[in-house]
Amino acid sequence: MEDMKDKKDMLENMEPSIETAEEEYSLSDDRRVRVLSPGQLVMKRFFRNRLAVTGMVILLAMFLFSFVGGLLSPYDEDQKFYRVDIQAKDFAGILYNEEFRYTVGDTELFKSSVHAQALKAIIQDNNKFEYDGNNYELDKLSDDAYIVKSGSKTVGIASKELVNPSAQDTKISFDFTLAALKAKNEGKKKFSADGNEYNIDDEGIITDKSGTEVAYVSRYIVRAVMSDVFFSRELKNQLIDAVESGQESFTYTDEEGVTAEYILKYDAATKAWDVKQEIDTKVFDTYSSPSKAHWLGTDRNGMDMLTRLMYGGRISLIIGFIAVFIETIIGVIMGGIAGYFGGWIDGLIMRIVDIFYCIPSLPFIIIVGAAMDAANTPSLTRIIYLMLILGFLGWAGVARLVRGQILSLREQEFMTATEACGIAPSRRIFRHLIPNVMPQLIVYMTMGLGSTIITEATLSFLGLGVRFPFASWGNIINDVNDTFVLTNYWFIWIPAGVLLLTTVLAFNIVGDGLRDAFDPKMKR
Amino acid sequence: MRKYILKRLLQSIVILFFVAFIIYALMRCLPTSYVEAMARQKSMQAGSKSFEEWMEQLTVMYNMDGSIISGYFKWLGSMFRGEFGDSWRWTVPVLQKFNDTVWLSFVMGFISFFFEVIIAIPLGIIAATKQYSKTDYTISVIALAGISLPTFFFASLLKLVFSVKLGWFDLYGLVGRNYDQLSTFGQLMDKANHLVLPIVTLVVVSMGALMRYTRTNMLEVLNADYIRTARAKGLSEKKVIYHHAFRNTLIPIVTIIGGTLPSLFSGALITETLFGIPGIGFASYQSMVAGDIPFSMFFMVFTAILTLLGNLIADVLYAVVDPRVRIA
Repeated sequence: MEDMKDKKDMLENMEPSIETAEEEYSLSDDRRVRVLSPGQLVMKRFFRNRLAVTGMVILLAMFLFSFVGGLLSPYDEDQKFYRVDIQAKDFAGILYNEEFRYTVGDTELFKSSVHAQALKAIIQDNNKFEYDGNNYELDKLSDDAYIVKSGSKTVGIASKELVNPSAQDTKISFDFTLAALKAKNEGKKKFSADGNEYNIDDEGIITDKSGTEVAYVSRYIVRAVMSDVFFSRELKNQLIDAVESGQESFTYTDEEGVTAEYILKYDAATKAWDVKQEIDTKVFDTYSSPSKAHWLGTDRNGMDMLTRLMYGGRISLIIGFIAVFIETIIGVIMGGIAGYFGGWIDGLIMRIVDIFYCIPSLPFIIIVGAAMDAANTPSLTRIIYLMLILGFLGWAGVARLVRGQILSLREQEFMTATEACGIAPSRRIFRHLIPNVMPQLIVYMTMGLGSTIITEATLSFLGLGVRFPFASWGNIINDVNDTFVLTNYWFIWIPAGVLLLTTVLAFNIVGDGLRDAFDPKMKR
Repeated sequence: MRKYILKRLLQSIVILFFVAFIIYALMRCLPTSYVEAMARQKSMQAGSKSFEEWMEQLTVMYNMDGSIISGYFKWLGSMFRGEFGDSWRWTVPVLQKFNDTVWLSFVMGFISFFFEVIIAIPLGIIAATKQYSKTDYTISVIALAGISLPTFFFASLLKLVFSVKLGWFDLYGLVGRNYDQLSTFGQLMDKANHLVLPIVTLVVVSMGALMRYTRTNMLEVLNADYIRTARAKGLSEKKVIYHHAFRNTLIPIVTIIGGTLPSLFSGALITETLFGIPGIGFASYQSMVAGDIPFSMFFMVFTAILTLLGNLIADVLYAVVDPRVRIA
């Protein structure tokens, strides 16, 4: 029937060739008319359908985007990008000392229980006290500094001002502290300790004879948050200057050349200043907005979105093609056998088809996916399993279609002719029947590609299909499960969704167009 | 007729027998370590049974000791007695969880199905009567777009526009934060409000197929001889289309609709999961991901039964509605 129709259509489409042919050939000459093969007719009808052509163009663009785009993109599929980010770290605490602190000269006579007695005596304005059978004397330097003596021996100092070493490896002896505090409080410019001469200025900075700074006297206590950090004198000065002048932040470059911003904040509860160091840290460039370097920004792992989309399209399309290929092969073989032989073979195969129709495929794949999750199946193996499962669960539809067509085709004359010629059944099925089913099959496959791609994307979206590090349009959109991404980063999921939608739509439109083009009854 | 139905019913039972076998085999093929790990995990949950109890129940229920064939028959036997065991994920009997969730899914499915029918069928008919017009193209493209639209993408778009930007609906869940303070009517409205987006998603995603089906059938009917006769009689176009053609188009449509009805009970796995609607689809998804074998097995068998029932209803309806179909 269809062949007849095709021929009729062909006759209608014979057009006189435009060239000067009419004069050269006689009316009955075959060369007067342009003969189109059925295939050409189908092409012609297809290209007359503007919608279908649009779909075809979209598909071509998608293929170029996915397969060529990946090669042109300067980045790799899973190339990670970094950016320099400022991270504030707790750095130091600064305290303006309001309490007496004790420097111990003699650990026996000035142990910590004596400290309390000394403090009591200072508060009560006594210059003598007794503790544990020892007599102590207090020598007042100023309101904020006392020397504690036991007999003639200086055992310790109680002072609100502290003597700090200027360099990390300098050790400060008790004698030095004592002499320095004395000099500072008495307003002297010079003192000697441990056999050396030192100068001290009004600021409390102590220098040795060569003019090098050795130590300084200050009421500020600067503590590092990390125990192994030693603050350089310069940084300490900066910090204290900032505290005194009420500055909230400053920038400082240390000896190693690391520039950082320091932010000071007064904490009323502890009466101390918290210092945060803002230092440049290298982090993954996650969710960065579209820019010149990354046209569609970067994703959760700091990978270029556009490149991911290209590779994702590649995987989505490949999975779709292979799954559809598998289901077509199985479907054609099963349907062909069923339709051609009929009888109990047909009955048996069709019941198998019914069974496969009934298997709830989505739950089936989800369970397998969850089991593969638990088994830590590698990503590549997962992709292969996914294609196989999609193919094996989908062949029932193809088999039904092929069988139905063959049932009607095998009653036609050309099949009787093949039988009369004694052609083997396998050849009759696959050489003579199947090619006649091709039009319907192609339409079915085109539409099937669309739905397979959707299924794959859905599974990947649920996290049960294609897995990181491979990209797929579905698992790119997966990020949307994070409400923050849904709300703030449209460029992460909308492009992937649009690509997915247009691709599937294009497959469906082309399938529709092909169906119309294959249908000889179509008049347009 | 009765004979036909009986025959189909028997056929369906045979098919179900094999489908159930495949489902059982899938469960048996899962690595034992996986099953044990899941059972152990579940036994950690507060108020759950101990690991040994779970494993014992599982072994008894699915006859893990025996061969696949003998185990399958024993499992079938317990299914006939209505024993489906206890769900691991929900730590309640499977049937109880099923009963808790299925009605919500059904209501949601039914409402969206209703809208689907009243939108898709008229549009399909309009497209067919105005074939090749702009209206036809628009409707065809809308139908194709509906078919091509991935559910999860459309649902995310709806969420972005209506929940995030406009703030009309909540992002997830069936009830709002202040649900307990509302009056009975208020509670009902709250639930209805939360079901709007899922239903819109379901309608848009599923109406395309019905629209195309209606259009194709209507076109076929419009080319039939009796329509030409009706026109030749001089009937008005309106009468031809809505009286003669429409009734004949209804035959395949009613068949399809009848066949879809059972599947309303199986819930919408993706949509429910995306919107956090505690229906059977969401429950089964969570069970499947958590490796809850009893519930997943039950759900799969249940879906298979629904599919078979749908096919059966469609075939029988076809014979009932169309007087031209005679069944031997």
